[in-house]
Amino acid sequence: MADAQDLSLFVRHPAEGVAAMDLVVDGVYCGACIATIEKGLSRQDGVRGARVNLASRRVTVEWNEGALDPPVILERLDALGYPAFPFASNTLDSVELQAEKRLLRCLGVAAFGAMNVMLLSVSLWAGADSDPNSATRDLFHWLSALVALPCAAYAAQPFYESAARALRARSTNMDVPISLGVTLALGLSVFQTLAHERLAYFDSAMMLLMFLLAGRFLDQRMRRRTRDFAINLSAIRADRAVKLFDGGEARETPIAAIQPGDLVLVRAGDRVAVDGTVEDGRSDIDQSLVTGETTSVAVFPGAQVYAGTVNLSGALRVRVESAASGTLLDEVHALLAKAVEQRSSYVQLADRAARLYVPAVHLTALAAFVGWLLLGAGWQHALVIAITVLIITCPCALGLAVPAVQVVAAGALFRRGLILNSGEALERLAEADTVVFDKTGTLTQPRPTLANAADIEAADLALAGALALASRHPLAKAVAEAAGAKEPMAAQEFPGEGVSATHRGEPVRLGSVLWCEAEAEAAPVAARWPDASLIALRMPERAVVFAVRQGLRPDAAAVVAEMARSYDIEILSGDREPAVALVAGELGVTRFEAGLKPADKIARLKALAAAGRRALIVGDGLNDAPALAAAHVSISPISAAHIAQAQADALFLGERLAPVADALRISAKARRLMLENLWLSVVYNLIAVPLAIFGYVTPLIAALAMSGSSILVTLNALRARDARRARR
Amino acid sequence: MNVLVYLVPAALALGGLGLAAFLWALKHGQFEDLDGAAWRAISDDDLPEDEKG
Repeated sequence: MADAQDLSLFVRHPAEGVAAMDLVVDGVYCGACIATIEKGLSRQDGVRGARVNLASRRVTVEWNEGALDPPVILERLDALGYPAFPFASNTLDSVELQAEKRLLRCLGVAAFGAMNVMLLSVSLWAGADSDPNSATRDLFHWLSALVALPCAAYAAQPFYESAARALRARSTNMDVPISLGVTLALGLSVFQTLAHERLAYFDSAMMLLMFLLAGRFLDQRMRRRTRDFAINLSAIRADRAVKLFDGGEARETPIAAIQPGDLVLVRAGDRVAVDGTVEDGRSDIDQSLVTGETTSVAVFPGAQVYAGTVNLSGALRVRVESAASGTLLDEVHALLAKAVEQRSSYVQLADRAARLYVPAVHLTALAAFVGWLLLGAGWQHALVIAITVLIITCPCALGLAVPAVQVVAAGALFRRGLILNSGEALERLAEADTVVFDKTGTLTQPRPTLANAADIEAADLALAGALALASRHPLAKAVAEAAGAKEPMAAQEFPGEGVSATHRGEPVRLGSVLWCEAEAEAAPVAARWPDASLIALRMPERAVVFAVRQGLRPDAAAVVAEMARSYDIEILSGDREPAVALVAGELGVTRFEAGLKPADKIARLKALAAAGRRALIVGDGLNDAPALAAAHVSISPISAAHIAQAQADALFLGERLAPVADALRISAKARRLMLENLWLSVVYNLIAVPLAIFGYVTPLIAALAMSGSSILVTLNALRARDARRARR
Repeated sequence: MNVLVYLVPAALALGGLGLAAFLWALKHGQFEDLDGAAWRAISDDDLPEDEKG
């Protein structure tokens, strides 16, 4: 019964009588997968068609309304070997896609304009200009204007809009000088053409637009790809809850469709997907994702449970609550609001450069104008010079300097399993000098494993494994995995206690230490593994105790040791002192604090900030969320609580900790390249501006200088790809 | 220079044709799945049975 699913939330209606659903499909890599999925789905009765998008790993299925039940599609895909996960495409998604398409359209138009104007300009440079009467030149200039003006009017809109927004907010950004430069270049050129003059800058204006739009487009596409990937992940991980309907029917429902006041069933071994109050049932709850504490907590009717915790032993009926009113969540939300406010004052490198650059350029142009007037040149000539200065300083290279590096570095990080939530995160990562780790779920693996397998006889382990397979308890799963057990024993489960069975005519039990009467055997194991949960195997004449704990990530020791060479490392955990000391000892970290509440973590971060340190915090729990938001920069594992993920600047995938070290290395390099690029732009201007002021800049020189500097900056940015190849 | 009378419009028209083709392709979603398009090109599912290699 509980396997019936309610998917109505995900079904769209693109046309009358047609229903459609978008699915994320895991494991499509090649043409064969496309053919298998599309053909396999089309053979299903009622399906109108299926289309795979290999780049985004998604399938869109359309069927005749009412001809089939949506879950059938999921089953069909499952049978084909491609587990699929529905997701609701939201409006933000299509807005971003529209923005990307628009930039591509503008880029196409700008490229068309630039190429055709260049066609005319090159022939002028090549000698068409030498015609003694200026008829040919004027004709070419008019033709250039005919192409350039409408193209620029269309393609420059993104810059004009952004500049207008900045000016309305009484600030400036790079788009202000860009818009001004393009407008003046075109205006001056029309003016020169009317006056039968030689110099027109139609080609410079169009080329400038083309280069800048190319940079903008790449930037936008990188952002959308990263976000698409994050949406896919969240669809795959999407929590479901078993909703209990009034008639007593139980249906698996996506969490987005659950309303406050609903009643949900949480089975033993399930992750709790909602915040709410227990109505019925008793169990133990593993709250490590919420508090960092590794010992489980007993719950009973009336107790609060939080999303992200794991129900260990008994089935619970939970009443979903609208506003989370638990003291812990309240505290977390209040701290979050404050922390977010404090950080929004960060100013990006490019904006800081723009603040210096824009007034400097405009003052220089003004000085050139006044200077030439005072020297006795006519106001027309002086104006031409001033506008030339503005054109030549138009921040083509500067506009590319930072975004190009961001795109390349974000791509390099993405290949190493790290997703950036924002571009400025890269800059803040580069500034970090202290790394603060949470313990549970961050340094340790989110899933528990058997810690003392080496101390246990193979026969005992095999027996325990077979017994454990019969249980739904998450700790039992770890024992079954360690034993490699395949065949469950016929066993009886006692909720909250364990399982019992008959082995070779003798009764055996696997379960809590108390129930198995194994306190004596448990004491030394508990002393050796203070952070472990213990379960015991009771045989007639003796007992064996298993320590199940969240082991360190496989490369944690190596990565932390490598980072310790250039960063200060600290561990701040909500777990008990002995548990934290054990992990800190294994990693060789001397500075750690245990038993911390969310506010304590923030206090520690404040102390670090007051000492002038810039902290990177790596954490996953609900209790880390305020600290993640308050820190200079933050990273979460992909297994983190949703609220922590939303606050983190970046997320890392997989079991290994290496992406965190990669992030620090690549971001440091990216920042160096950004600064290099900014200096390259400054050097370019130091050479080009005097030439412009003294009137030596011709359209040919302007075209060469602009494209030359842009290409140089872009090539330099490519170095952020990081020479060390991504390890698979 | 009379040659310009038809060469320049011809050049512009060709460029415009290219631009129109690009905008058409963009509007019809030709750039939405570049990876998939690469594989679909070599798929021979649309051929009759006896021509498949």
